[in-house]
Amino acid sequence: MAEVSEMSEPTAGALEREAERDDNRTRWLLSLPAMIIIVLAAAGPLLVMVVYSFLTPGDYGNVKWEFSTQAWVNTILQRDIFDDTLMWADAHLSIFWRSLSLSLITTVMAFAFGLPTAWFIATQPPGKREFWLFLVTVPFWSNLLVRTIAIQELIRAEGVINNLLLLLGIIDEPLQMMFTNFAIAFGMTYVYLPLMVLPIYAAVDKLDFRLVEAAHDLYASRWRTFWRVILPLIKPGIIAGSILVFIPSLGAYVTPRVLGGGKNLMFGNLIELQFGQGRNWPLGAALSLMLMAAVMVSLIWYVRVTSRERSDV
Amino acid sequence: MESHSETAVEARRISKIFPGETEVRALDDVSVSIHRNEFFTLLGPSGCGKTTLLRVIAGFEPPTMGALFLAGKDISRLPPNQRPVNTVFQNYALFPHMSVANNIAFGLEMLGKPKNEVRKTVDDMLRLVRMEALSARRTSEISGGQQQRVALARALAPHPEVLLLDEPLSALDLKLRKEMQIELKRLQNETGITFIFVTHDQEEALTMSDRVAVMNTGKILQIGSPQEIYQRPAERFVANFIGESNFLDATLSGHTARLKAGGAYEVDPPKGVSDGTVSVLVRPEHASVRAGEPKANEIAATVETVVYSGEATTLHLRLGTDEVLKARLPNNPGGEALPEKGAAAAVSIAPGAVTVLKD
Amino acid sequence: MSEPIRQPRRGYSVRSLPGFAVVAVFTFFALYAPILILVAFSFNAGTSLAIWEGFSLRWYAQAAANEAVQEAAVRSLILAGVAASVATVAATMAALATTRTRRFPGRTMIYALINQPLMVPEIVTAVALLIVFAWIKVATGHTSMVYLISAHTAFCIPFAYLPIRARLETMDYTLETAAKDLYASPWKVFSRVTLPLMWPGIIAGYMLAFVISLDDVVITEFVKSAGQETLPTFMLGQLRRVVTPEINAISTIILAAGAILVSLFFWLSRGRR
Repeated sequence: MAEVSEMSEPTAGALEREAERDDNRTRWLLSLPAMIIIVLAAAGPLLVMVVYSFLTPGDYGNVKWEFSTQAWVNTILQRDIFDDTLMWADAHLSIFWRSLSLSLITTVMAFAFGLPTAWFIATQPPGKREFWLFLVTVPFWSNLLVRTIAIQELIRAEGVINNLLLLLGIIDEPLQMMFTNFAIAFGMTYVYLPLMVLPIYAAVDKLDFRLVEAAHDLYASRWRTFWRVILPLIKPGIIAGSILVFIPSLGAYVTPRVLGGGKNLMFGNLIELQFGQGRNWPLGAALSLMLMAAVMVSLIWYVRVTSRERSDV
Repeated sequence: MESHSETAVEARRISKIFPGETEVRALDDVSVSIHRNEFFTLLGPSGCGKTTLLRVIAGFEPPTMGALFLAGKDISRLPPNQRPVNTVFQNYALFPHMSVANNIAFGLEMLGKPKNEVRKTVDDMLRLVRMEALSARRTSEISGGQQQRVALARALAPHPEVLLLDEPLSALDLKLRKEMQIELKRLQNETGITFIFVTHDQEEALTMSDRVAVMNTGKILQIGSPQEIYQRPAERFVANFIGESNFLDATLSGHTARLKAGGAYEVDPPKGVSDGTVSVLVRPEHASVRAGEPKANEIAATVETVVYSGEATTLHLRLGTDEVLKARLPNNPGGEALPEKGAAAAVSIAPGAVTVLKD
Repeated sequence: MSEPIRQPRRGYSVRSLPGFAVVAVFTFFALYAPILILVAFSFNAGTSLAIWEGFSLRWYAQAAANEAVQEAAVRSLILAGVAASVATVAATMAALATTRTRRFPGRTMIYALINQPLMVPEIVTAVALLIVFAWIKVATGHTSMVYLISAHTAFCIPFAYLPIRARLETMDYTLETAAKDLYASPWKVFSRVTLPLMWPGIIAGYMLAFVISLDDVVITEFVKSAGQETLPTFMLGQLRRVVTPEINAISTIILAAGAILVSLFFWLSRGRR
């Protein structure tokens, strides 16, 4: 019967594949505007930066289109101006070290203050909890520059803290707090603290307190319970919070610029230098890619650690 | 053979395979013809494919193989918004940001009906499901039973050729469910629309349907009227799924089945069953029991358990063959006393109550 | 003789850890003190940032009259308005494409791309944009706001995306299925069912994007052409000079604006159902 084939019993899966193809196409079209914008003004330029890292610096900034690996070499090495020997670029290396150590210090300090805060909020009765949570989030959403300026006004030589100490007679001369490593660490801790609190809060909120009760029931003191039972259980939250503080600290620009001045550069400031006085765009590009690599490594480490945590349980 | 004008929906060899690590065959070569103005039920346990079949008819899932016909036309390729088929969803899916009246009007508005026609139909529908007083309410402010009626009205308003109902009564409490069963039957009669009803509740299927299709693991096992399905189940699964069953071993020769436990019964074996060892079905309500020794054509048994359930008592009887037979006897005041636990009893099976099963 | 047993007043709570409450309260205090001091001194009658000389609104008046401030404020608002609008539209479309769906080819890539601005340190993006835009500026001589707008739009997209996506995921997909069942075309399904229900998420996304754009410093600093100051870059520049409480006044206004927008955002994301 010829008509039966006209009625087209579709080949197995043909209708499904057609529907799927249409669906995929629609989804791609819908995502297109966002993707185009981000490729043009966020992701794409990163690739251009890779190219620029292999060019030669121009005489007045910008670049000369000549291939060179000099920029990459100069990230960690430099030539002695007198006898042209290759040696470590101490200035750069000390900046890398400062960035790493200050970021770690910031993370530790944020943890020291953030953990009790998160614990406190999570153990409040449900009605009050919202209030405290709101209270901790508001600074988080406030302008970073404003918060940094607030710290600056506190620790300047003519700032509130010094005036108070002078007034109370505790010191005779203003303490030099600005433009030090301390200032940067203090500022970054202040600015990124809420980022440590929120993930730990989430972890404590999910904690099954019956486990804690069980530990107490089995004669453990508060501290031992904390070390042996609570801490391991909220570890994912602590790790998340640490990463959320560490990574922005590593790439910080505003806070070290305002509080560290020109003498205590962090990674971000060093990068900026190449596009200002330094006039070495390829070096700036290379340094930026290094920073990005450092961030990626931290992220990969984080993913590894958290997936291991999950599979251990 | 039915002519096309009698058939509302025809599924021809429909298969639906979901890909994955383990392929899931939700529908396996399913063919069924549903008549116009029929209350047709798809019955089966969870995962049997009944909801998948419904979704294929509605157009939400394209079939992997096979074709779908509506009043003779091939609609396999039509998107759901072009099929004159409407669905009452299990969770009602009422639009929370619209009032009851606007929900009901939705389909008509999408079809571009003129405003006064829409208003009239909405009023008719509200009257039909007795929700006139609540027409302006938000759907989140009415009870579950009321939501159910709105979902019905919304699906009926565009007067589709076929109405699909996906376990619409499962969220209702018992009393409301029984009321709605009668309500649905009435609606189907009044509107003349073909209803395709999906449920896992076999009692519901038996009370409401003109015909029932029993499904399991993606296949249709049997289609028939409620009486046919109940009295002459085609195979063991159907017998087990519908009502209570006793499966006994027997030997078949011609039209006589001799139970291993004793007694010979006249049977009408289904096609394809040959003489020899067979399984037979006896419904508990067709077995009667009295205390004492068995007489002719009675089976010897010992009472193992007695279960009282208000209107009836079920006795679990251990037969000589070590099989267990459940007998269900109505509790008539002034009737004979039933044998007690541990007592010897005699079981007799009503003539014509033995059904041979195709295994 | 036995001593009376001292009953603990509140009973034994496993939830309290010694010292934690003290540190927590202190931390809250420390979090707010610098900001509150900043705000307080914006009302200082004197020129000092640390010595109180009485209450005055002079710095607010001065800031309001300052033309550079006015220009920067207007530019900030326009930039945020445009960038947030475009970002929200793009994010809405992307969220519709990537939420409540099976795994489709390319989904991971789209996710990665949408979240990319969040993964990369701002300074790196800023520098990359500087390079590319410098080249375009030299090639075309064009130095309008288009660079800033595109840069802001790009990093606003993931911020608009997140609340919209969160809202979409709470929505029951059967509603759209029901609309299709009732003869609605794809556009009608979107305009009559999806859009009205996801609207709070879109507004929340817009507001988040707006705040993020208003607050941005790093990328704006590197992408702007001469004279294209926004309020944050203006303030950054002012820090190099003699600092007066005018900075505090501007800061307070920025804080207030941010606080209002964020409160609205929270109210929208939580309260409404």
